Amino acid sequence: MSLFDWFANRRKADPTSREGQEREIADGLWTKCESCSVLTYTKDLQANQMVCLECGHHLRVYSEERIHQLLDPGTWMPLDQGLQPTDPLKFRDRKSYSDRLRETQEKTGLVDAVQTGLGQLEGLPLALGVMDFQFMGGSMGSVVGEKFTRMIERATATRLPVVIVCASGGARMQEGMLSLMQMAKISGALERHREQRLLYIPVLTHPTTGGVTASFAMLGDIILAEPKATIGFAGRRVVEQTLREKLPENFQTAEYLLFHGFVDAIVLRTQLKRTLGQLIRLHQPVKALHSQRSEMTATLNTVDQPSTLQNLLLDY
Amino acid sequence: MPTTDRKPILLDFEKPLVELEARINQIRELAEENEVDVSDQIHQLELRAVQLRQEIFSGLSPTQRLQVARHPRRPSTLDYVQAITDEWVELHGDRCGADDLALVGGIARFAGRSVVILGHQKGRDTKDNIARNFGMASPGGYRKAMRLMEHADRFEMPILTFIDTPGAWTGLDAEQMGQGEAIAYNLREMFRLNVPILCTVIGEGGSGGALGIGVSDRLLMFEHSVYTVATPEACASILWRDVTKAPQAAEALKMTAHDLKHLGILDQLLPEPVGGAHADPLKASAVLKENLLRHLAELDQMTNAQRREARYQKFRSIGVFIEAAT
Ligand SMILES: [Zn+2]
Repeated sequence: MSLFDWFANRRKADPTSREGQEREIADGLWTKCESCSVLTYTKDLQANQMVCLECGHHLRVYSEERIHQLLDPGTWMPLDQGLQPTDPLKFRDRKSYSDRLRETQEKTGLVDAVQTGLGQLEGLPLALGVMDFQFMGGSMGSVVGEKFTRMIERATATRLPVVIVCASGGARMQEGMLSLMQMAKISGALERHREQRLLYIPVLTHPTTGGVTASFAMLGDIILAEPKATIGFAGRRVVEQTLREKLPENFQTAEYLLFHGFVDAIVLRTQLKRTLGQLIRLHQPVKALHSQRSEMTATLNTVDQPSTLQNLLLDY
Repeated sequence: MPTTDRKPILLDFEKPLVELEARINQIRELAEENEVDVSDQIHQLELRAVQLRQEIFSGLSPTQRLQVARHPRRPSTLDYVQAITDEWVELHGDRCGADDLALVGGIARFAGRSVVILGHQKGRDTKDNIARNFGMASPGGYRKAMRLMEHADRFEMPILTFIDTPGAWTGLDAEQMGQGEAIAYNLREMFRLNVPILCTVIGEGGSGGALGIGVSDRLLMFEHSVYTVATPEACASILWRDVTKAPQAAEALKMTAHDLKHLGILDQLLPEPVGGAHADPLKASAVLKENLLRHLAELDQMTNAQRREARYQKFRSIGVFIEAAT
């Protein structure tokens, strides 16, 4: 058996019994791809950033793992971890919002639907916000709005680029108009960041809809999206109700938005860090490039490179 | 303005009032036929009718307010434009291939000065409503609005916006043309404009479709208007999974002017004539004009930079959360 076959078998191997299989899925040892149904050893899938090794489907990734995927190890510095949601409207549907919050917090270990912080990506400092879909569908309430706003304000003050990974069903209805107004609040903070000629790149992942699409998701200097992510303003069913005919197959996918001119590029998750690094470097002021070059020269000096190459770099 | 000779459209909670008024008329006719003087009794009954109207309209539930806000005769953007301005030139088109009739805009002379006015426009009848898509604006509407706001900023004209929409249009064409992008762009750029921006919710404020022309220095709202993150119907079908729970959703969403004043979102509540703005559109217009002028005078005292900073801080401070030490 070749090494390749061994890997292939390991990926595809059905655990012996059906019960055993289900137990191992439940234990998280194996993960089933929701697109091609192939079972993959979870560790292999994680090593490939949760992109199916069989069909290339991008499985859902939550905030913790996303931060790990994007940032250089040991550089994550979370911001405003003390911000907690409350229930200002005393909202109650089939369950009270307070109970829903507490249960979701216990289940997910998260405080609310976003993590914000500072860190480095390929050595480049940036402000990073990552939405988490497992927390009430990534919905945006006061905490999400406040954490994003503080992070953007900080990035403006310290002249950092901002990257936001979007994954959200939109505004959090349980906070009523306070939620809707977060759209304006975050957009206002982005206006100030933009005014300072600083770079903002949202990454649209599955799903990005509603009030998030109608605010910061669509306000990037450059907008990236993951393959096949659902991105739209209104829900698919709502749009369907206004029509007599069927919606196009690829309706509200990243590919559909690319075709209609609303995203700049669809980037494979495995290429995302590299692409973000490249884009940030391309926007660095010339002065910063100079300092990087002198660092390079310094390195070259220490390893005693041939003087011709040194001269070449100095002339450049 | 809606003409008074048209048959009134009645809301269910107005029924006792209508019955009382019908009885007054009946008595009056009978008295005339029989040549009896009942003027004292009629006067008493008329006073009772006024009192009853006041009672009914001062205790409206959120669902009833929503009915008033959606009343087909409720004064619309163009009604108020006609009532409060001396000149009006409507302007059309987003310069990207569309002119959306659900969101109207133009230049007006308002108390002697030039202003740009923008607003959602619902139709007066079925035909008009179809042409105006029931006040649900498309991306072209938001882009037209932005174009006119840029114009206002260039020529230093204050901007008055009127909100009256069930929400932004959710059709296939809207998605294709980038409804999300169109609204998002306005949210950001309205923070950049130097001129004063005054926004008034005149009827229904439906979610992102309302906010798309809603970033302002002052938010005013008529007493029976509503402003909500989602329509009670949509909220009920999503959170309760049952659209018949809309009245509960209307209550829970805290969408009335009084609620929003309490939440610190609203700057100015505009009282309505008894029976709602449609009962006396001219009176409602006078209240609107007076308040717009007062707030505009305040904003005139500020520099561009002060106004932009205050606008930023106004939205910056919205939100309720707990902050624990870490
Ligand atoms: Zn797969």
